[in-house]
Amino acid sequence: MRRARSWLPGLLLVSPSIVAIGVFVYGMLGWNFRLAMTDQHDEVSEGEFVGLKNFVDLWDVPRWHVSVDHAVMFTVVFVLGALLLGWFLAFLMEKGIRGEGTFRAVYLFPMAVSFVATGIVWRWLMNSGTGERAVGLNRLFDVIGLPQWQWFRDPDWGMAAMAIPAIWQMSGYVMALFLAGFRGVPEELREAARVDGCTEWGVYRHVVLPLLRPVTLSALIILGHISLKVFDLIVAVSGKQIVTDVPAVFMWVAVFDAHDPAKGATIASYIVLSVAVFVIPYLVWSVRKERRS
Amino acid sequence: MAGVLGLAACGGSGGGGGQAAQSSAATGGGKQQVEVFSWWTGPGEADGLQAMKKIFEERNPNYTFFDAAVAGGSGDKAKALLQSKLQADTPPDTFQGHAGAELQGYIKAGDLEDLTFLYDELKLKDVFPAQLVDQISVQGKIYSVPVNIHRSNVLWFNPKVLKEAGVAAAPTTIEEFVADLEKVKAKGKIPLSVGSEWTVTHLLENVLLGTLGTDAYNALFKPGADWNSPQVAKALENFKTILSYAGDPQDDWQPAAKQVADGQAAFTIMGDWAYGYFHNPPEGGLGKKSKEDFDWAPAPGTGGTYLWLSDSFTLPKGAKNRDGAIAWLKVAASKEGQDAFNPKKGSIPARKDADQSLYTDYLADALKDWSSDKLAGSIQHGVSVSQPWLAAINEAVGLFIAGKDVAALQKALAVAAQANAQ
Repeated sequence: MRRARSWLPGLLLVSPSIVAIGVFVYGMLGWNFRLAMTDQHDEVSEGEFVGLKNFVDLWDVPRWHVSVDHAVMFTVVFVLGALLLGWFLAFLMEKGIRGEGTFRAVYLFPMAVSFVATGIVWRWLMNSGTGERAVGLNRLFDVIGLPQWQWFRDPDWGMAAMAIPAIWQMSGYVMALFLAGFRGVPEELREAARVDGCTEWGVYRHVVLPLLRPVTLSALIILGHISLKVFDLIVAVSGKQIVTDVPAVFMWVAVFDAHDPAKGATIASYIVLSVAVFVIPYLVWSVRKERRS
Repeated sequence: MAGVLGLAACGGSGGGGGQAAQSSAATGGGKQQVEVFSWWTGPGEADGLQAMKKIFEERNPNYTFFDAAVAGGSGDKAKALLQSKLQADTPPDTFQGHAGAELQGYIKAGDLEDLTFLYDELKLKDVFPAQLVDQISVQGKIYSVPVNIHRSNVLWFNPKVLKEAGVAAAPTTIEEFVADLEKVKAKGKIPLSVGSEWTVTHLLENVLLGTLGTDAYNALFKPGADWNSPQVAKALENFKTILSYAGDPQDDWQPAAKQVADGQAAFTIMGDWAYGYFHNPPEGGLGKKSKEDFDWAPAPGTGGTYLWLSDSFTLPKGAKNRDGAIAWLKVAASKEGQDAFNPKKGSIPARKDADQSLYTDYLADALKDWSSDKLAGSIQHGVSVSQPWLAAINEAVGLFIAGKDVAALQKALAVAAQANAQ
């Protein structure tokens, strides 16, 4: 009885969210996977269990390869770009420049904008018109004599251009993470290194960076999972065109245009799995670390 | 009270009409609401809808019109919302859909009532062209009432650019068209402007019709049709040739049309909704002079054929206010309703007995052709192919734009036809 009194109130407090998450996250995930393993290729039919057939068949669809390639290119450019830029901004801030608070706010502001608003502005900035038809960035490049680009409409490198607005939006957030990380490095460690004859660069290379590894990992996970399920940015910039197709857009088309629920669910499952590949090792790692400490 | 509700609902219909519709079940003061679901929120089309609403409320003092319009061109967002409403068995009283095969999914799912009784009661088979009735019938049944007719196969051009390039008249065959494109290219202008990927599918349906001819084109959508034939291969080669003269793709059809209006490009192939954009005064349009700043002709090789599409209204099963919906359909089908709606929307009535004096300039041409031309159904705009089939075609065209592989395109189109023709 006494023991119940210690755990019962806590359980009661969290149980609504446990039930809600159980139904709306895990229940729906399970329902999605079940649907992905049926042959319900229109809204009317019942759908028989077909195992992993849809998961295998999807690789015969040319568009799937296109959207996966795009997602990979977008992820690599976006994650690396945001990490490097965020790190660089934090590095500059950490030097204790004047008006640091203002700069920090300015760099963080894009986070407050939704991806849709970002996308609509960047659609104009990255307009592919050239010469006298140029607007946005191409106009600027024209004036200062830089080559004009096709941006996101480029068949080969379009997705790299698509990552630019995402980098613009998220690098301030990465900066905040790194800045907190930098500040968490005890000044004594740096001074010890300097006393030992380390250059300023060497201090960063051998003392600060290794201590930032957990922050870098967190940033990587957060950016990686945003990137793999990116949808709103792409739709706002380019709509549902093949030239910028990604799995999430393909899923939307499969469900609402092609009216093929099983195919949509299969694509959704692959998106969840690809994010899980990122997140689960991270969770395991952090749980282990907590136990150790 | 109901009047206030209705007014508030209309005011908010631009953005969040969908949510507002959820709370529309209220009936008050003896008046019943009729929830009409459409994607007509833009300039012109929203005015046309208001004009029909006025007639509806005059004729039916017991009903109030509830505008559940969802913004977004060609109804992408509206259709997604509609899908969830239908699956939850809470349909609007009547909803807009492109007449023809686009409705097949709803019919198969048992969402729509057969409207043959209404056609018989109003003798609609006598006032709509026989070919139209034939092309929207599904196994002898008709599920929607067409309000307007748009034309897909229109070649828009800039007469000044053509003159400069030494092109005397609009091309009438594909071969002439390619020769003219070449002449424009030599002058350094964009020969053909295109928009986002769907406008390229729109171009494809025009090249298919222009190459194959009306009968062979219409036969493509019958079960067992042969998309692997050498004729289709020829059409796709033409498509590739024509596409090689296209300028950089624009955001949508409007910027592509604007290139023609501004004299940067010579031609664009787009439906006749482009007329309003060219002609209407600024804000809604470009304020250009017809025949002088822009001109039109049937798309090359399609003279004498009306590649049509139509917005229509349906009667969903389980509509809360079935009688009200039928009253709305009667207005939508009437001469009075169609003549109120169409001049504002920039389209022509589906009825043959329209008041010709209301339709001027381009619309007068269109009305004349509608009564005499052969009919063929649009692909991109839902007449000839169902939604899954169209999604497969758009996918094939999108991949073609990147790869320019005619054989792969033909194979993908053939597979799509085999999987979806019925």
